[in-house]
Amino acid sequence: MKRSAVVTRVIDPTPLIAEVKSNEIGAISVFLGTVRDTNDGQSVTALDYSAYTSMAESELSDIVDEAETRFGIHSIIVEHRVGELSLGEVSVAIVTAHQHRQPAIDCAGFVIDEIKKRVPIWKREHYADGSRVWVDPTRRSGATPT
Amino acid sequence: MSTVTVQLFASYAEAFGAPQLEVALDPGSTVGDLVRRIRSLPASASLPPSPRVAVNRKFASADKLIGSTDEIALIPPVAGG
Repeated sequence: MKRSAVVTRVIDPTPLIAEVKSNEIGAISVFLGTVRDTNDGQSVTALDYSAYTSMAESELSDIVDEAETRFGIHSIIVEHRVGELSLGEVSVAIVTAHQHRQPAIDCAGFVIDEIKKRVPIWKREHYADGSRVWVDPTRRSGATPT
Repeated sequence: MSTVTVQLFASYAEAFGAPQLEVALDPGSTVGDLVRRIRSLPASASLPPSPRVAVNRKFASADKLIGSTDEIALIPPVAGG
């Protein structure tokens, strides 16, 4: 099982875990990115994500292929949500499975790092004062990664 | 001279006040030529010196030639995750 997608619905990790489960694997690693209530000292009330969807899905697919080769993992599922998200909701889920834990953990880390470098998805933070700002990681100092 | 359509997203779409731009280019123009043309527009003031460009849904280097049927997009700094 190897797939990736940009989705507009709520991401539920439970069925994703079920998708990669098999008797051959001994480890499942799950990374979830979630919406937090502060960023750079600002009080965040919500986020909206937008994407260049066709390219984002192409890049996600490339990342999953690279991860398969690099870590010898054949069970990788990635979903990234777009649209408006409330605090605590899941923005991205990465589920990897392997016979052993380390490749599964390392693979999930690789995938989220690559998403942050090259997948054309953008997020706009909604602040408590009503303003909205597109997040630009290249202009931030001391920004805390998701 | 031909005209290409450049897709804009997120902060770049806000900067230009539109989801796409029509840009006139000489035959044989490259991604670098396109960026220089866009950088000459007043609305580009908030863009970085070398914004990333995608051609046919792949990041493209400055020396890549642009074809008349290529799908071109200007890519703001990504912030997924």
